[in-house]
Amino acid sequence: MATIADKRLTDIWGESSSLWRTLATVDHKTIGVRYMVTAFLFFIVGGIEALLLRIQLGSAESTFLSPDVYNQLFTMHGTTMIFFFATPMLFGFGNFLVPLMLGSRDMAFPRLNAFGYWVFLFSGLFMYSSFLIGAAPNGGWFAYVPLTSLQYSPGPNLDFWGLGLIFLSIASIGGAANFIVSILKMRAPGMSINRMPLFIWALLVTAFAVIFAIPPLTVANIFLVLERGFGFRFFESQYGGNPLLWQHLFWIFGHPDVYIIFLPAVGIVSEVVQVFSRRVVVGYTLLATAVVVTVIIAFGVWVHHMFAVGISPMASDLFSLASVVIGIPAGVQIFAWLATILTGKPRFQLPLMWVAGFIFVFVIGGLSGVMFPAASFDQQVTDSYFVVAHFHYVLFGGAVFPIFAGFYYWFPKIVGRMLNKRIGWWNFWLTFIGFNLTFFPMHIVGLLGMPRRVYTYQGGLGWDTINLISTIGSFVLAVGILLFIVNLIYSLNKGEKAGDNPWDAATLEWATTSPPEPYNFKTIPTIYSRVPLWDQKSHPNDESSNPDPTDPYQRETLVTSLLDAQPESRLIMPEASIIPLVLALVLVLVFAGLLIHVLWMTGIGVAVSLIVVGWWLWPTRQEAEAAAS
Amino acid sequence: MTVIPARSELPTQVSGSRSVGWWGLICLLLNEVVLFASLIASYLYIRFNSTAWPPLGVPKPELILPAIMTVILLSSSVFMHLAQRGIQRGDQSRLRIGLLIAFGLAVIFLALQVYEYMHSDVLPKDNTYGSLFFAITGIHGIHVLLAVLMNGYLQLRARLGHFSARRLQGVENVVLYWHFVDAVWILIVLSLYVSPYF
Amino acid sequence: MLNPQSPTADRVAQLSWVLFAIAAIVFVIVIALLILGIVRARRIEPHAGELVTRTDDRRVISIVLLAGAVAPAVILFGVMTWSITITNAAAARDTPLVIEVTGHQWWWQINYPHENFVTANEIHIPVGQPVTLKLMSADVNHSFWVPELSPKLDLIPGQTNTLNLEADQAGTYRGQCAEYCGIQHAHMAFLVVADAPDTYARWVTQEQQPATTPSSDAVREGEQTFIQSACVYCHTVRGTSAAGTLGPDLTHLASRQMIGAGVLANTPGNLAGWIVNSQAIKPGNLMPAMELDPKQLQAILAYLQSLE
Repeated sequence: MATIADKRLTDIWGESSSLWRTLATVDHKTIGVRYMVTAFLFFIVGGIEALLLRIQLGSAESTFLSPDVYNQLFTMHGTTMIFFFATPMLFGFGNFLVPLMLGSRDMAFPRLNAFGYWVFLFSGLFMYSSFLIGAAPNGGWFAYVPLTSLQYSPGPNLDFWGLGLIFLSIASIGGAANFIVSILKMRAPGMSINRMPLFIWALLVTAFAVIFAIPPLTVANIFLVLERGFGFRFFESQYGGNPLLWQHLFWIFGHPDVYIIFLPAVGIVSEVVQVFSRRVVVGYTLLATAVVVTVIIAFGVWVHHMFAVGISPMASDLFSLASVVIGIPAGVQIFAWLATILTGKPRFQLPLMWVAGFIFVFVIGGLSGVMFPAASFDQQVTDSYFVVAHFHYVLFGGAVFPIFAGFYYWFPKIVGRMLNKRIGWWNFWLTFIGFNLTFFPMHIVGLLGMPRRVYTYQGGLGWDTINLISTIGSFVLAVGILLFIVNLIYSLNKGEKAGDNPWDAATLEWATTSPPEPYNFKTIPTIYSRVPLWDQKSHPNDESSNPDPTDPYQRETLVTSLLDAQPESRLIMPEASIIPLVLALVLVLVFAGLLIHVLWMTGIGVAVSLIVVGWWLWPTRQEAEAAAS
Repeated sequence: MTVIPARSELPTQVSGSRSVGWWGLICLLLNEVVLFASLIASYLYIRFNSTAWPPLGVPKPELILPAIMTVILLSSSVFMHLAQRGIQRGDQSRLRIGLLIAFGLAVIFLALQVYEYMHSDVLPKDNTYGSLFFAITGIHGIHVLLAVLMNGYLQLRARLGHFSARRLQGVENVVLYWHFVDAVWILIVLSLYVSPYF
Repeated sequence: MLNPQSPTADRVAQLSWVLFAIAAIVFVIVIALLILGIVRARRIEPHAGELVTRTDDRRVISIVLLAGAVAPAVILFGVMTWSITITNAAAARDTPLVIEVTGHQWWWQINYPHENFVTANEIHIPVGQPVTLKLMSADVNHSFWVPELSPKLDLIPGQTNTLNLEADQAGTYRGQCAEYCGIQHAHMAFLVVADAPDTYARWVTQEQQPATTPSSDAVREGEQTFIQSACVYCHTVRGTSAAGTLGPDLTHLASRQMIGAGVLANTPGNLAGWIVNSQAIKPGNLMPAMELDPKQLQAILAYLQSLE
């Protein structure tokens, strides 16, 4: 049954002109798509960086790239993929889907949402502008001191890096707060906390992880900026400092960060497995608990990145034990998904194919992963190509495959058309084969003694052929990814039109038009189960059985209670506003001033930012009217 | 059983944990808590990996000035609390006077911090002890400054009659932030000023 | 690392094989289940796609917990216990022979404190006897990794890390820096040479001597040219006035197998190329290209080749 749009509501919730829309929209769906498109562009850039690295490594002592360029490229490849692709892409999915899955009309803080996107974009451009002066960050994506201190990295490369990441962190925290508050307080009536979709659980837990994980990174970066630019001394042992302080701070962030990337992807997997197995997922409570437990343990294992720095055997033993525990929730999840597929009536359409690929690749990565807690084993393979293989298996397998599953699954909802199946088949298989061809051999060459982060290697060590295979694989992979772009362009124009719910899925986003109207739901539905579109009691499309107490014509949405989602109050959603963009632009000034050591620019930027924030928080005409009434 | 009330029964002006703004602030405060925890953890990590603390040649931090600063900051919290209680009862003048006094006290705190910096025995570039001291108290000082600016903003809005017994989210949020900044100060005093004596 | 040549490396290799075997078995089980799902989907066409309304998953959940939580927990804790015994067995102990290794951007300074000599990029140890390495850094983080003999251990400025090293058999083992340390991290290799006890003793005695006094005019002339060149600002040749400490000690350069920290074999041609323009071979390394006319170069080469 197709949902019918209400034109008056569309006008009230939509923006008037496309320029205004581009600059001032606060609609979570537009912002979500922007995140996804921009993150995808960073993915392509990071991928090109990787291809260049692979060309250089295809033969021993190659002179294709100078060591300086290589070192910039490998640093930016890692930094881009982790900070500017993976998390923003998953936040993009979250942005688009969360209010729809919750049965709400937007996120709790729409302007903060818009602001977050601009900050993400500008911080990425800030960091990439370093290439224009040939001084891209070159300290590796975890930038260990003392190499990255001023003495050993005298150029501006690491200033772009440290300041760029502090800049980005503003978007991360804002985005996390937005997800937490929206998920906790804006669910449709009856969507108690144990009826939320598993994707929502994953995002909620991830958002908390972001809030706890980013500050140590920010502190590390503040210390680095103060040391490099203002003569402070945190990491230099001759002044009483300690280079390991950096490593601790970084990995207290860094380990949870990989789960910040993995968990939302896992949320996508749960949704796709459920829909395409045609049954409610096996072990909802187990899967939700697994996600919570994973994140908690994730904060207690960081020293396993430091097994080789010279820690005591006792510390090593403790962190070994803690690190294996994290394999347990992952094991539960894998078997729960397999059980769902095996007890359902699965259709291996493209979204589920990508999930199958995810299971294959991620399990390999996870299996190599649970070897690392064995500290003595780790001390052989860390910093070698074995670990490079491991983390690409878990990150590409654990995040990129689910992201593609998500693309094929939700593209119809976002755009209103299906992605092409034939191109999709080739996209999947070439990516799958190319990925394995590239990265599986790296396990072997690592075991043969090849360290990581080397711009070249000696011939005759037995590493040559394996590296060549990886390089060939990387081009197969590149073609696979290219096919997705082809599919995208083709399907945007000629894709088969999709109805509201082409997959016969269970969650609320499928109870809207494809693409959804700006206001999402004309009536906020009342929910009676975890699978509202599959149960007999929830009727999200039927206005008469959903007594929505909000007035969408007044731009209202509903705020509900924390656990049981009982209606509590009405929230007035802000109209489009230029303030988020203005603030983000002013912040560029703040960070640029610090970069080039022109502190009055930073000072002015800070002062103007404060004024803009004051302007932002000033009650809108609507809020004032509502308060007066 | 989900009960759906009528629209007229659902308010738009809410406070405390019923307000999304409050929840947003809690998320921000959680972030700041972890930020200060990371700073203090860094301090303790360096300390317990050092043989002498403060390092040789650096005197232990003097306690009189921070004691005065603590009294001033905590009093300012009391006045912020009184201001909030005032507006909860609709008392506009109590709100504005409370805000004003807290504002003044916080400014004095900042002035004393500047005085302390100018007379410090150790500078950031001398050693890690100095760097950590200035970084941690400096970042806290910036938080106090932000609190002062927020207070000024509230005073402006109070003057325009934006607040009432029913409409006081802004006041609540700033007061909560203010108390948080104070709590962090106590942690800083204990870690940076008092603990070197033990 | 799967070709272990020491007791520690051997223990780690054994553990590794067991880990790989367990991983392979688990992988096969998981993929079998996945393939089963795919095959079954084909078999149940045209019923695939129908909504399944089963309500009782308790038995399935028990299996999920058994396979996903209980079995992994048992296996992993078992393996970790074994690993912990290896870690504790490999904890550094004192030995009579101590070697200090100081990492520099991008070479290895090797000091035998009790034997009183300094060399670079090549460590000699007696076969079958554990030695103690004291790992330090002069600049940034490095990592000491010779996979056939030992797990790696980092060199962190401001601290000394201790590693025991032992080789079962005589031979030359290659190691490489394993912590990204700047532009020429890729070219910071070293050799560990395990000698039979008497060979080792001879090597030590030789290393303890100051530089061989020139025995021919050509070499004498070479020594003069060397002492008057810029080389002495960075390099030491014990027994001469060359006392620079920025670069490797050259007192017994000719006895080493490689030059440039494992970059080139130690042949006259390679040495000449390195001296004249090491930047072409290892761009960014801290040794500048040397301006020498052919006569000077030949003289210095003759001298350096005499430093056995």
